[in-house]
Amino acid sequence: MKTVWTIAKREYNQYFNSPIAYVVMFMTLLVLGIIFAVVFRNSMDSAMFGGGFTPDNSPITGNLVFLMVFSAPALTMRLVSDELRMGTMELILTAPVRDWELIVGKWLGALLFILTLLALTLVYPLILNSQINNGLDWGQVLASYLGVLLVASAFLGLGVGISALFSNQAAAFFLSMGTFMFLWWLIGFPANLVQGGAEVFQYLDMQSHFYNTFNAGQIVLADVVYYLSLTALGLFVGTSAVEMRRWR
Amino acid sequence: MIRVNGLTKDYGSRRAVDQITFDAQQGEILGFLGPNGAGKTTTMRILTGYMPPTEGEATVAGYDVVEESIEVRRRVGYLPETVPLYTDMSVFEYLKFMGDLRRLPNVEDRVDEVLEQVGLAERADGTVHNLSKGMRQRVGLAQALLHRPEVLILDEPTIGLDPGQVVEVRKLIREIGKERTVLLSTHILSEAQNICDRVLIINKGRIVAEDTPENLQSRLLGAERVILRVRGETDDLPAVIEKVRGVQTVQSKEEGVVEFQFAPGQDIRPEVAKAVVGAGYDLLEMRPMGMSLEEIFLELTNTERGAK
Ligand SMILES: Nc1ncnc2c1ncn2[C@@H]1O[C@H](COP(=O)(O)OP(=O)(O)OP(=O)(O)O)[C@@H](O)[C@H]1O
Ligand SMILES: [Mg+2]
Repeated sequence: MKTVWTIAKREYNQYFNSPIAYVVMFMTLLVLGIIFAVVFRNSMDSAMFGGGFTPDNSPITGNLVFLMVFSAPALTMRLVSDELRMGTMELILTAPVRDWELIVGKWLGALLFILTLLALTLVYPLILNSQINNGLDWGQVLASYLGVLLVASAFLGLGVGISALFSNQAAAFFLSMGTFMFLWWLIGFPANLVQGGAEVFQYLDMQSHFYNTFNAGQIVLADVVYYLSLTALGLFVGTSAVEMRRWR
Repeated sequence: MIRVNGLTKDYGSRRAVDQITFDAQQGEILGFLGPNGAGKTTTMRILTGYMPPTEGEATVAGYDVVEESIEVRRRVGYLPETVPLYTDMSVFEYLKFMGDLRRLPNVEDRVDEVLEQVGLAERADGTVHNLSKGMRQRVGLAQALLHRPEVLILDEPTIGLDPGQVVEVRKLIREIGKERTVLLSTHILSEAQNICDRVLIINKGRIVAEDTPENLQSRLLGAERVILRVRGETDDLPAVIEKVRGVQTVQSKEEGVVEFQFAPGQDIRPEVAKAVVGAGYDLLEMRPMGMSLEEIFLELTNTERGAK
């Protein structure tokens, strides 16, 4: 476990040396800021006309999670690819590090970065909280953030796994993004078209496990299991890829 | 310390290492010599647990390189041929990271120590990226020494170093080799001659010779050659030398220079010297013409080539 932590710490620190991480951070906060302004404004307007809805934090987390389809590949693409390209894999794999420790360490480093990013996005619910009469429903905020974290975990796990398949960052980036788009938007489509097996597609659809539950303030065990399974799958692919390389 | 038995490695259909068997004892410096593509790096990668062999087995410090790979890796310090480093870290950070991976106690003190050893203390805070090739080589070496490994595996350790550093690094290796086991590969034959207790010549994945550098020389030589130089003309000098007991052949070279051979083991140089001086010549120089490892090496690897 200590080895995992050592690797995670290095990756986490490396993010702050790379422009990509800053771009991800900046873009995320910018997009969320715009969305926040628009939602807030709308609710003010409608309040003026006597009707109205009380704004909550769900548009923030809802879009945060959608942005990750693009930002997660940017964060994971170089994690293993770079070690393969630079040859530092030889260093790691001849140090007393197990293949899975390397992969899990990389994933954890990226997850810590996302956690930092999530912490920064808390400014929006905090502002909101100060502007609403009765304050925010923090239970809902917490549930939705847990959901975001789980989605991030799944994306990053899969991303690390895909990164271990390529020594080329761009290849890892595009395959990861393609995979995430597929899991996020496309896999749910057949559910509306086919007769039999609709539940299977529905189950695989990644966003249905988020918007209907976490983002509405519910924590459902099945959804937690779903995202953790995807994470595990990604980490397993990554570990196997490292192992396979040795045997070639 | 290192035990290798029938080790074979195939890359697809290409056989890189073919049934290699050898041992290395504690306190021994073993040199791997061979032309490009001989399989030196491949063998080292198997011994360091980087890749498993296709066939055969190897143990390092008593642990199997496949089954107990982690144990092996704990005890081995490895300098890979390409000296891969995290170029975006500082020298100190990089070594600390490697030390943390190995869970060394007091990593920071130890890092300072090895940096001192390889003469890089004043570059500790610079990024690896800005180091010259030779300096990177030394960072790699520092990394290999960090955990005071029982076995040190160095793939071309002095390549890219300036002459002063070559001397320093060789001294360091010899120092370490006194108590621990060192396996190093090199193309520089004088280096093998200089620091190795034993040399393994490997060609096309096979061991073609294995002995001490001195024994390799005399074994292949069959006879010892000596160059002799006098002042002035040589005249009847060959005849004078030929009369000495034990001399096998005498050959006139350029003016004032004669080469003679005698059977190895019976050193007749004093007798020859006496005879030469006795005949009224001014003896200027007498020097053994050992067949260099270069020649032995070319000979061995060529025979192998010719046989195929
Ligand atoms: N990763 C690899 N994939 C396929 N073939 C390889 C690989 N690595 C080495 N080889 C092949 O295996 C053979 C032995 O290579 P190796 O690197 O072990 O030689 P070497 O003795 O270290 O040579 P050099 O002195 O040039 O470093 C060569 O024919 C090489 O082409
Ligand atoms: Mg090599």
